[in-house]
Parts: sequence; C-alpha cells; structure tokens
Amino acid sequence: MAGTLAEKVWDAHVVRRAEGEPDLLYIDLHLLHEVTSPQAFDGLRLAGRKVRRPDLTLATEDHNVPTTPGPITDPVSRTQVDTLRRNCSEFGVKLFPMGDVDQGIVHVVSPQLGLTQPGMTIVCGDSHTSTHGAFGALAFGIGTSEVEHVLATQSLPLKPFQTLAVTVDGELAEGVTAKDIVLAVIAKIGTAGGQGYVIEFRGTAIQTLSMESRMTVCNMSIEAGARAGMIAPDQTTFDYLQGRPHAPRGADWDAAVASWSELRSDDDAIFDAEIHLDANELTPFVTWGTNPGQGLPLSASVPDPESFDNESDRANARRALEYMGLTAGTPLKEIRVDTVFVGSCTNGRIEDLRAAAAVLKGHTVASGVRMLVVPGSAKVRLQAEAEGLDKVFSEAGAEWRLAGCSMCLGMNPDQLAPGERSASTSNRNFEGRQGKGGRTHLVSPLVAAATALRGTLSSPADL
Amino acid sequence: MDTFTTHTGVGVPLRRGNVDTDQIIPAEYLKRVTRSGFEDGLFAAWRKDTEFVLNNPLYSAGSVLVAGPDFGTGSSREHAVWALMNYGFRVVISSRFADIFCGNSSKAGLLTAQVSQGDVELIWKLLESEPGAEVTVDLQSKTVTAKGITATFEVDDYTRWRLLEGLDDIGLTLRQESEVTAFEAKRPSYMPTTIDA
Ligand code: SF4
Repeated sequence: MAGTLAEKVWDAHVVRRAEGEPDLLYIDLHLLHEVTSPQAFDGLRLAGRKVRRPDLTLATEDHNVPTTPGPITDPVSRTQVDTLRRNCSEFGVKLFPMGDVDQGIVHVVSPQLGLTQPGMTIVCGDSHTSTHGAFGALAFGIGTSEVEHVLATQSLPLKPFQTLAVTVDGELAEGVTAKDIVLAVIAKIGTAGGQGYVIEFRGTAIQTLSMESRMTVCNMSIEAGARAGMIAPDQTTFDYLQGRPHAPRGADWDAAVASWSELRSDDDAIFDAEIHLDANELTPFVTWGTNPGQGLPLSASVPDPESFDNESDRANARRALEYMGLTAGTPLKEIRVDTVFVGSCTNGRIEDLRAAAAVLKGHTVASGVRMLVVPGSAKVRLQAEAEGLDKVFSEAGAEWRLAGCSMCLGMNPDQLAPGERSASTSNRNFEGRQGKGGRTHLVSPLVAAATALRGTLSSPADL
Repeated sequence: MDTFTTHTGVGVPLRRGNVDTDQIIPAEYLKRVTRSGFEDGLFAAWRKDTEFVLNNPLYSAGSVLVAGPDFGTGSSREHAVWALMNYGFRVVISSRFADIFCGNSSKAGLLTAQVSQGDVELIWKLLESEPGAEVTVDLQSKTVTAKGITATFEVDDYTRWRLLEGLDDIGLTLRQESEVTAFEAKRPSYMPTTIDA
C-alpha cells in the first residue's frame, strides 16, 4: 500500500501493535538536557530501574548555561546542571558539559555529530526536537514522564499521528529565507493548524534548501501545533552527513544510503490534509503579536484586531497589541527595537551566522541597540571564529558569546528587561519568553542584522 | 499514579485562548529538580494582576480549570502539568488542547476534558455569575456537570482506562520487554550509537 514518509518511518519502528492499544514504538536516539530530565532520573532510581540503552542516549547542557566565560552564578541553575552531571555519571549516559568542544544546544549538537540520520525515531524532552525531521527522521518532543519511559524501555506507547503535506513550490527571492517560509506557514494555518499532524514539507522550494535551512523549517513545525516536521532525505542530506563523526562508513555507508534513498512518500500516498504555498510570493516575515502565528510580511502594518474573523482571534489580537505596546496601523518597519538576538536552535547554525555577518560587515549597530550573537554550539562558535565572523560581529558592535539557548528563553542571565523589545531569530514570541515583560518579534537572521543596523524592523533591502 | 474516577470541585473560568506553557509556568520556575513545589510558578506573570481570576478568593480553592481553546501550546515542559496539580487542579476543561500537553497530563494524572466551545461558554457564564460554583467531572460516564449544565467530553479510551486504573505506563511496557529485545536484534548495523564513534 502506498505510504507517506512519516508512515514508513513509523511502521518500521513498531515493536508491538495490539487492538485497542497505542503502538509501542522503538526509539533510536534519545537526547537529554538539564531542564526536563532530573525528575525522570529520580523516577528510575525510585523504581530501581536502569537506563536500557545508554548507547542510544546523549545529554548536553544548554538551557541554563551562561554565554559569558565563567561558572554558573545562579545557585538554582547550577544545581540543575550538577544534577544532570550526577545522573549521567550514575546511569552511564554520555554528556557534553559546559566547556566541552561538543557542547551546545541539543538540536544543534546531534545533527552536527552525524547522530541524526534519515529514517530514525528521535525524541527529547523538548518540543523543538522536530528540528531533526529535516533529515527524514521522525523526531518529536516529549514530556518528562515520557523521558523516564524511554530511559527505562527505549520505546514509547503512541497513537499514530495524522499527516499534513505542506508543499512550497517556486523560488525564494533574494533576502527571503527558510525562516520566512515557516513563519508564513504558521501565519497561514495558525498555532493549532498542525495539531495532531506530522507535517511533511515538500516542493521545489524545500528541495533547494540547505540542511541548515531545512532544520529551521522543521524546528518551527511545533509552533504550528504539529508533533513533528519532516523532509524526505536526498543528496543534500547525504552530502551533509558523509564524514561526520557518527555517520556510517565504508560498506555501512553504502547500505545506509541505499535504505535512506527509499525514504520518501509514494507518489500516490494520501495525506490527511494538504496545503500549498508559492515561494515566489514570499517576502521577509515578522511577528507582531505574542504567538508565532501572529505574523505578517515586513512591509505590512500592525493589524487592527477588529479585522479578524472570529471573536477569539480578535480578543487574542487585542491582548497581544496591548502586551506588545503596539498600535494598529503602525507600519512594522517603524517599530523600534532595543535588542537584537541572533541564535537558538532555529537560527544559531553556521549558515545563520554567515548570513547575519554578511549584512553587518563594515557597518555599525545603531546606537541604543544591543545585539547578541550566540552560536548554537561550541563547534559552530569555533567554525565562525575560524572564518573571522566573530571579528565582523565585534567590529559592528555586537556581542559575540558562548554557545547555549541564551535569550531564546532567558533561563540564564541573557534576558530582556520589562518593556524591552527585541528582534529575535528564535522561535517563540510568547509573553515573557525572553524575560519578564519583554516583547519579541520573530525574524530571520537577515532581518535581525538589518534591524540591528537601522534600529527599526528592517530587511537588508532597506539598507 | 492515583486513580481518577470522578472529581467535584470549584470551577475557575479562565477566559483566554492559546494559553501556552510559558504562561502556565515561566522558564525561571523550571529550575527545580523535583516534581513538587511548582505552584508558585503557576500563571506567575498573570497572578501579579490583582484582577486575575486566581486572585479572587472565591476561586482560589479551585480544582477544575475551564479555559479557552488551544490550552497548553508551546514548550513540552511537563512542569506546566505539575504546576497545575501542585496548585490543586485535577481537571482542565477546554475545547482544544495541545498534543504534548495532553500526553503529559495523562502521564501525571491530570484529566484534560475536551468539550465543545459552546459548553465552555455555558460553564464560564455559570462560574462568573456564581463564583465558587462546583463542577463535577465523571470519567466513567465522560460527563461534566455543573448546576443546570450537562456536557459530554472527549478523552481517548486508552488514556481513560489508564487513569481509571491508575496504571503506570512504564510498568505496562516492561511487561513487553521481550518484544523490545526482539526488535532490537533486527536493527541495521549502520545505525549510530552515542558511545564511541
Ligand atoms: S534554543 Fe530555545 S527553543 Fe531551542 S532548545 Fe534552547 S530554549 Fe528550546
């Protein structure tokens, strides 16, 4: 029977299927970080259980880590990180601690090591696990109870997801990026539009994206409410993987590529839902509200809440404008920011830093604007330094930092002050996400850099 | 996990849609390494507003939260469920829940009862006109009742069974360990491991 990519990967991992029960799915890779794992390890200890497959488990420190040199000063953050270290050493789990050359945001680290491969099932106690779907893996976020379940059994009981095809055909114009695609998709279908679905991104505009860009797209599928995003693996995927530390070698490589090449939705596969987007029509996109679905082209104006179709959207928009301190009708390009953040598991990869640096090169960040550039991993930082990008950032007046989640969620000292406004390459513009009372506009790295130079939301074309 | 059959408690009308888990519990409260003590973080930013519903003493002992659509979107943090439960909530009623939030709730023993938005509006009206009114949620019959209102709710059968029996998911899976072992034996040799590259 014809199947979609998601169904094929799912079916290949069913350990047990029984009437009236969820499928028991085998998990190929389990990623951990310090925030959502302590209670799971506690649960294991309490029940006298072991980690079934430490060799399919990997931990990193990312959410709490400071991005300036030195130890963690907040004692509660430190306890959380120390707890992860103790748990990993007690249960035999590989950990990349602060200072390690492989440390970084969990969703940046695994792909760059070549651990994320097509056709795998990957989970992490973190909703942006959807990132790994860029390789044709079925990857999704889970809660702490499920983390404990996977630690103990390397499997998860799950109800099958539905499938949604998002086809983006055409060619992106200069200055339009993967971030703009995914923000436009979320604005179109809403923050619940993907609910219950695994989204498969397809179409010519997706096929021409680099792996980094594909990760940006899949990363934000969760912001449309989807469990996962996926892109069928192709030569771009294989080229990215070949030679990475954990990628297969020799005969194993050939066997892997042969099997990966089968991983695509059949031509006559039926999706539960489909939507189409024309890449030619896309322009840089920004959010104006307090959820990632509240976005518009940068050339638009702050919308009038009364213009929405239903009362729930109108109420959300009114609240959002009040929180964001915005007035309907203001051109988005006139919105002033205090802070620009380039980083996160959405846009903290080398390609993102190169894009931002290319815009900044030879220019200076507008006065009164603070710009933070936080690489997604220590390896990304080293690579950027080898390419001289750190110099470009510093010379432009931006702060070049150490790797971590940083201002994406402000669990470390990198936060917005109440009322401060940011243009951020991260993935969530929720109230208070980047610091209590902080206001966030989600943007691409290109828009972030142009905004830093002009002090108002801008794209490179405005410079 | 405790069993859940029926629960009666004060209903709290939360007239907001798209309540994401960053609102349920902001990141700064996620640093604890236990499953308890998260009640101070519950709706922390909103509770600073004296008008916020939980600051009304008539609702402060509430255990049934009645919220707008798309409750629990965003971050997968199970801390959101613990914060609700630590505060004293046993049930959340909404017309639509985010997937991960639903899964987390079912593991931790919080019931997410999905009713129509029309029924949510009726319950909101009742709770606002009679603050302190009680709502009964019966998992056996899948009904929500409150003075003059009866609504049926959706919950998937497997979750319902586990909650009614108070069953530990891990224990259930471990009964099938031999099947997991058999599956592992068939995995291709090229698949990666995290230890020694
Ligand atoms: S960068 Fe942000 S979204 Fe990504 S894992 Fe860290 S906190 Fe989560």
